[in-house]
Amino acid sequence: MKKEKTMKLTLPVEEYMGPGHLACQGCGATLAMRYVLKGLGPKTALCIPACCWAVIDGPFPYSCLEVSIFHCAFETAASSASGLKAGLEMVGDKETTVVGWAGDGGTFDIGLQALSGAAERNEDILYVCYDNEAYMNTGIQRSSATPYGAWTTTTPVKHFKNRPKKDINAIMAAHRIPYQATASIGYPEDLVKKVKKAKETKGTRFLHIYSPCPAGWKSRPEDTVKLGRLAVQTGLFPLFEMEYGENCKLSIKVKERKPLADYVKLQGRFRHLSAEELKLMQEEVDARWARIVAQCGG
Amino acid sequence: MKKVIMGNHALSYGAQLGRAQVVAAYPITPQTQVVELLSEMCADKSLDAKFIKVESEHSAMAACLGASLAGARTFTATSSHGLALMHELLHWAAIGRLPVVMGNINRAMAPGWSIWSDQNDSLSQRDTGWMQYYCASNQEVLDTTIQAFKVSEALSVPGMIMLDAFTLSHTYEVVDIPEQEKVDAFLPPFRPKLRLSSEDPRAFGGLTSPEHYFELRYKQQKDIEKAPALVAETGKEYEKLFGRRLELIEGYKNEDAELLFITAGTTGYTARVAVDALREEGVKAGNLRFRLFRPFPFAELRRLVGRSGRRVAVVDRNLSSGCNGIFFQEVKSALYGHVDGMPIFGYVSGLGGRDIALEHFREIAADALKRQPPAEEIVWIGVRK
Repeated sequence: MKKEKTMKLTLPVEEYMGPGHLACQGCGATLAMRYVLKGLGPKTALCIPACCWAVIDGPFPYSCLEVSIFHCAFETAASSASGLKAGLEMVGDKETTVVGWAGDGGTFDIGLQALSGAAERNEDILYVCYDNEAYMNTGIQRSSATPYGAWTTTTPVKHFKNRPKKDINAIMAAHRIPYQATASIGYPEDLVKKVKKAKETKGTRFLHIYSPCPAGWKSRPEDTVKLGRLAVQTGLFPLFEMEYGENCKLSIKVKERKPLADYVKLQGRFRHLSAEELKLMQEEVDARWARIVAQCGG
Repeated sequence: MKKVIMGNHALSYGAQLGRAQVVAAYPITPQTQVVELLSEMCADKSLDAKFIKVESEHSAMAACLGASLAGARTFTATSSHGLALMHELLHWAAIGRLPVVMGNINRAMAPGWSIWSDQNDSLSQRDTGWMQYYCASNQEVLDTTIQAFKVSEALSVPGMIMLDAFTLSHTYEVVDIPEQEKVDAFLPPFRPKLRLSSEDPRAFGGLTSPEHYFELRYKQQKDIEKAPALVAETGKEYEKLFGRRLELIEGYKNEDAELLFITAGTTGYTARVAVDALREEGVKAGNLRFRLFRPFPFAELRRLVGRSGRRVAVVDRNLSSGCNGIFFQEVKSALYGHVDGMPIFGYVSGLGGRDIALEHFREIAADALKRQPPAEEIVWIGVRK
């Protein structure tokens, strides 16, 4: 008898994000939300501060998400989530996963204090930073997550950003939170796996999702997923997990890293860089990769 | 049960008797004893609440908003710079219709560092949409806290309770602490019509276009306008249960007064002593003390000021720099067109915690009785010019 072949789905089929959102074409942050909600399911509440997602879900009275949202102040994703979790528990809901959902500006910059406070207290929340490496919602201004070399509207090509991206993962590791992981929208199975693990973990969990932004990176919308993969394959954005700031484990092992140029050349924001500056960027990536690999036990 | 407690602890007992469910707070002098006692109450379970020990006042208010949105009764306390740091979220609470109740110890703003009393901290938050109560005794602090939960939750409007730094916050007085069962009868559990829940997904506070925002603010105003009547009504209900009156404006020998002081906070009690002393000297003085300042109790003020032919001296422990005393501005504005030709003078005194004593009220009385309108915008009392 002929064995019937069926395709095995690698992601949960349930959708909690409907069509009709307000994001740009090729937005990585929408994929991040869609995958995260697939991993978390309906018993979820989001605290969304000022960021692209403050707008993407739609204006009042609409929302494209099938979970509750508290649209909160810019610097308060972690503190609002702390309060929401406490409030829900006091009214008898101990099940709902409370998520702080912020961009890189709301996480690396203005929301860092509140995040540090929540992490130190080990609040029972999941904090997700979707990182598109600049203030995109306000029109592409540099944040401390913007990488070396990048053009933004506040780092013009004649004065591009000459400081490296802030290492938020090292900061979170220093807080000894139960779980943190990096993920990329280019690796959805890995991303959802980490979301599920985070959901099952008590205490503060931090998920850092690489989310390409065609509008801000001057890349083609159809290259978003490719950029999400190249960031990992070049070693620019290693995917790893950590528990209590230790036990670092690489989740996608890259045997032969691709040259950073493959990633850079797809984006207008790096177009002005000289060969020498690109070399500096490659060296920075190599050095960080070596540090992470060493941290993960080689 | 009668107990000798400090003003700050009257706030803690008020939050405990009100069965606050989430407290999020950050320490600042002179507020610390409020949250110290609350953290003990949470630790020994005499208050069934979660205490979130946040890393700033901004996070304290953010956490209160999250908790309140979940449907939990929420309390915090702060002072001066802490309140200023919360400013953004005070708007968020009010427009978000989250009935958080907060104690604020009135303390002057730096620089130079001052931990002593004036009202510029809370009056700088006048326009954020919070109810503002100003207290003059520890008993009033406790009673107001319990009342504030009830009024705020009925109207979905947050409430702020003011205590003068040290003169009230750190002064020990006998306070009648009511029985829990009686408070429970007065104040039912918080059951908001709408709250955030994963059972009933909704987006709160999203992008709101000019098509909808204006109505949001209109409804907010219409609801806060109901507060004076509701404060008066719950005040009467409270009096029936606990025997203490909670008025909008406390009048003292005001009916036949030729000279009427208008005050707020502990200055209002000094004013009563001054009224008695002046009356012994043949001056028919009286005092009105604001208990509720936001929303502004227009009708009650007009009723109490009443007839023309008297002189009004508004004593402000605050200053809108470049203008004048804030209570003075508001009293004048509220009486304009309602009482003909009444001389109203504004006195600024006691900034940064300098005493406003009996002799200052004598000085104010002497000035107000002889001064011819139109007045100077500010008459300074007790300052070295």
